[in-house]
Amino acid sequence: MKIVAVTACPTGIAHTYMAAEALEAAAEEAGHSIVVETQGSAGSTPLTATQLAEADAAIFAADVEVRDKDRFAHLPLVAVGVKKAISGAPGLITQAEDAAANAPARATAGAPAAAGAPAGAKAPAGPGAASKVRAWLMTGVSFVIPFVAAGGLLIALGFALGGYQINLPEDAPLYETILSGGFDAGSLTAWGALAFGIGSAAFNFLVPVLSGYIAYAMADRPALVPGFVGGAIAVTTGAGFLGGLVSGFAAGGLVMWIKTWRVPRALAGIMPVVVIPLLSSAVVGLLMFVVVGRPIAAATEGLTNWLNGLSGTNAILLGLLLGLMMCFDMGGPVNKAAYTFAVAGLTTPSPTALTIMAAVMAAGMVPPLAMALATVVRGSLFTEAERENGRAAWLLGASFISEGAIPFAAADPFRVIPSIMAGGAVTGALSMAFGATLRAPHGGVFVVPLMGNPLGFLVAVVAGTLVATALVLLLKTVARRRDDGTPVPVGEAPTEAAPAGASSSPSSTTPAGATA
Amino acid sequence: MTTSTALITADLVDLDLPAGDRAAVVRSLAERLVAAGRVTDLDQFLADIEAREAQMPTGLEGGIGIPHCRSAAVTAPTLGFGRSAAGVDFGAEDGPADLVFLIAAPAGGGDAHMTVLAALARRLVRSSFKDTLRSATDAAEAADFIAKEVSA
Repeated sequence: MKIVAVTACPTGIAHTYMAAEALEAAAEEAGHSIVVETQGSAGSTPLTATQLAEADAAIFAADVEVRDKDRFAHLPLVAVGVKKAISGAPGLITQAEDAAANAPARATAGAPAAAGAPAGAKAPAGPGAASKVRAWLMTGVSFVIPFVAAGGLLIALGFALGGYQINLPEDAPLYETILSGGFDAGSLTAWGALAFGIGSAAFNFLVPVLSGYIAYAMADRPALVPGFVGGAIAVTTGAGFLGGLVSGFAAGGLVMWIKTWRVPRALAGIMPVVVIPLLSSAVVGLLMFVVVGRPIAAATEGLTNWLNGLSGTNAILLGLLLGLMMCFDMGGPVNKAAYTFAVAGLTTPSPTALTIMAAVMAAGMVPPLAMALATVVRGSLFTEAERENGRAAWLLGASFISEGAIPFAAADPFRVIPSIMAGGAVTGALSMAFGATLRAPHGGVFVVPLMGNPLGFLVAVVAGTLVATALVLLLKTVARRRDDGTPVPVGEAPTEAAPAGASSSPSSTTPAGATA
Repeated sequence: MTTSTALITADLVDLDLPAGDRAAVVRSLAERLVAAGRVTDLDQFLADIEAREAQMPTGLEGGIGIPHCRSAAVTAPTLGFGRSAAGVDFGAEDGPADLVFLIAAPAGGGDAHMTVLAALARRLVRSSFKDTLRSATDAAEAADFIAKEVSA
């Protein structure tokens, strides 16, 4: 278990540190990890966002007001006077264990099982449970962001240097061919292939890292393995980041549950290193391959067939539909069905196929661009990490790397995904209406010179971006107001009995998405 | 730490505190701080100690008293340590203290100054630290031990 604590006393030179020392010793004795923020006169090192997000419980041992209490609002809390921590630290650790044991039980009860419709999110969720889920998500997201930025920018660089052909054809990409031969340092294309290859390697980690660190936030180190393995299977089966959210929550919830088992003493020692990772990986792997993977494969195939049967449909309507699909799961099955449909048309280029390709690329550029714009317009609605990611997202969006929006979508799926889908729909429909055409399957603004009616294309992208930005800011502002309207006193967090919160788990979107 | 003055020296240790009440014992230790030039104004310092004590007694379970304050009369972070055979009541629930740590912090001390006191406070909850001080046989030994501990 992970505990965060704050100690503080009137003078700030003695009790603060004695309490910290006592808590650290008691936590270690009980086999937990603890980070104590000593709000004393020797300066205090503030708890990091990650430490706060990963914590299972908080202890305040203070005779003066704890600074920035709202950081702990999502955690079950044990609050006592500072002397109590010095004389009875082990008791406080036990209390924190109890508080944490009550809290996660309600928060995860429904998360892995998640069968509810996304509409369930609108049910008044218990703030304790909902913010717990959000904290787990944010842990995963905070680890993913550097991968998105580094990988995405390298891929964009690859396109810029090597041209859009660098990833063609799909089954034996040019970059792999170039990299498997001798490296020609004098060739720009070779450098482009190199950048693309490295970026792709980084991108392959997106979903496993997201899944792995959600599980880690929930159930600590033993959950890393099933989280990563489940995320990797989500990649293999094409389940995308929504599949990764499912595997992360499933792995975390499963390990939480296994940890409550009473095992013989002889076995206890190898539980975290052998038994838990083995057992949970097997279960999560089965879940991801059989329960999640198969329906997703079927859904992708179904969508593709359906799209192929749509020939002759109103072009604008088709653009709208493809736009919605492109922005639903950024690299997941629905996005892939739309994208593959467009690329397949390029092999037998008809004028219609070229407009479809343009609409699909335009819509796919919207999510990162909209998120980048949103972080600039109203930065206060986003976390520091998200604002950082927003900066990289400009270039990712311009390069048609939709994955740049994954951290935003994973952190707040119910507000972000509908917003960017609406923006994508506007862009897709407009691009079709303007009759923009494109012969290249990738490249974003780098292939604007190859387009027919590039101005129409760009107008479509800008319009959709503005729509998505406005919507996401509106939804986030409304949510913020509602949160402010029902403040939760920190001390009451442990007593929140709110099973409804579990239904707001983002993983509940995936079954719905898989059958979309 | 690069403080010019050590937190504690042998002349700030009294392994055989005179019997008396809390005020008398604190005064006797505080006089050592004055003699060492660590406290410039005894009455001011004692008043500041008393003000802190009035907020909440500084006695801790396990026979410890930690009278302390931040005071304008203090020139450098300083520890006076005393042992009382008779025991001194510092208001702890489980009875009088036999180990007294008089912690003096300068009023305007920067954070860097205070880390040595934070290190000291952390040692105070370790039973091995207290055991060593209970069995120390002379003042220099006790002072050396504390100085070494807080600089570690």
